[in-house]
Amino acid sequence: MVKDIKTNEFTEKVINNDKPVLVDFWASWCGPCRMLSPAVDSVSEQVAGADFFKVNVDEEPELAREFGIMSIPTLIVFKNGEIVNQSVGVIPEADIKALVENA
Amino acid sequence: MPDLIIIGSGPAGLSAAVYASNAMLDFKVIEKFSMSGGQMLNTYDINNYLGFEEVDGFTLGQTFRKHAESKGAQFVNDEIVKILKTGGGWRVRGNKSEYDTKTIIYAAGANPKKLGVKGELELAGRGVSYCATCDGNFFRDKITAVVGGGDVALEDALYLANISSEVYLIHRRNELRGAKYLQDKVKNNGKIKLVLSDEVEEIIGKNSVEALKLKSGGELKVDGVFIAVGLEPNSKLLDGIADMENGFIKAGESTVTSAEGIFAAGDVRTKRLRQISTAVSDGANAVHSVEEYLNKT
Repeated sequence: MVKDIKTNEFTEKVINNDKPVLVDFWASWCGPCRMLSPAVDSVSEQVAGADFFKVNVDEEPELAREFGIMSIPTLIVFKNGEIVNQSVGVIPEADIKALVENA
Repeated sequence: MPDLIIIGSGPAGLSAAVYASNAMLDFKVIEKFSMSGGQMLNTYDINNYLGFEEVDGFTLGQTFRKHAESKGAQFVNDEIVKILKTGGGWRVRGNKSEYDTKTIIYAAGANPKKLGVKGELELAGRGVSYCATCDGNFFRDKITAVVGGGDVALEDALYLANISSEVYLIHRRNELRGAKYLQDKVKNNGKIKLVLSDEVEEIIGKNSVEALKLKSGGELKVDGVFIAVGLEPNSKLLDGIADMENGFIKAGESTVTSAEGIFAAGDVRTKRLRQISTAVSDGANAVHSVEEYLNKT
């Protein structure tokens, strides 16, 4: 499952998480984001041992700024508080899976 | 063996699905992403598709898909990696599974073309974008540029003019190419500055886009650059199988290709005008050609 995450929970749930964490930066008005989301959902069902969150960049502009998001959808994979993988634009499900599994 | 596999779920693929359902063919639609629409998902405002005075691409895509689903079309989420000839037709190999079929409607569409200059790949997602409606909001009150002179470039410039403080529209020819009413709107928009007969030579920036180096020698300070210089067809899977022209699959209105039993519909085929309406028309023609082909064999 991909859960919404807010700025004030980000450190606890993403940065201090000892599992790999995939974060999907998206917005409701972005067509490609809505095209990518179901694929991220599907990957979250297949990959155990990782957490999945999404950031609505309209509601959480601080997070978008902090990570220099200038294109959405952007997927970022964190591990031990560091960015280990990042991808911009719509990518196939298999590539999303690889982003998390290679973290 | 099924009669038909439709590859792609943009307007051409979805239109083909509706017609194939009516023709009572045994078929499936294979789509790379579990959400239909193709390129029109990136379009903010569509006002030339008959029956819809004004609609956004996402909504229209969903409307098309619901129509195809209501007819009973089956959708499979898989990315096709190879197409092979078999005794009775074709085998379509995906990442997840293989599909044998008598015929294929190939409607894989196209993607935005890259500009091919230094800095473009390095700064992708850092101020270089191919989707103004997705990324425009990150450039509120900033300076942006659009590269291109066709409909998409003009629409992008107009969209960005609502958000950015200033928009440069850079086009290599000395006049714009897009629809006249868009040209008028662009010329009358105080925020859009035309830079004609010039080209971007390099996109400059350290962590994000800072400036564009122009062929004429000048440099433009910008925070973001939106590239709209045409389309790159997704035709690779038919390389060596069907005849191509400039990367597009060679086919006329009938959608018949040089490969027996394969029909090319939508933006991926050679045609004069790439629009939602012409893609929808291709979908209908393709199914008609599939029926003809199946009756013959």
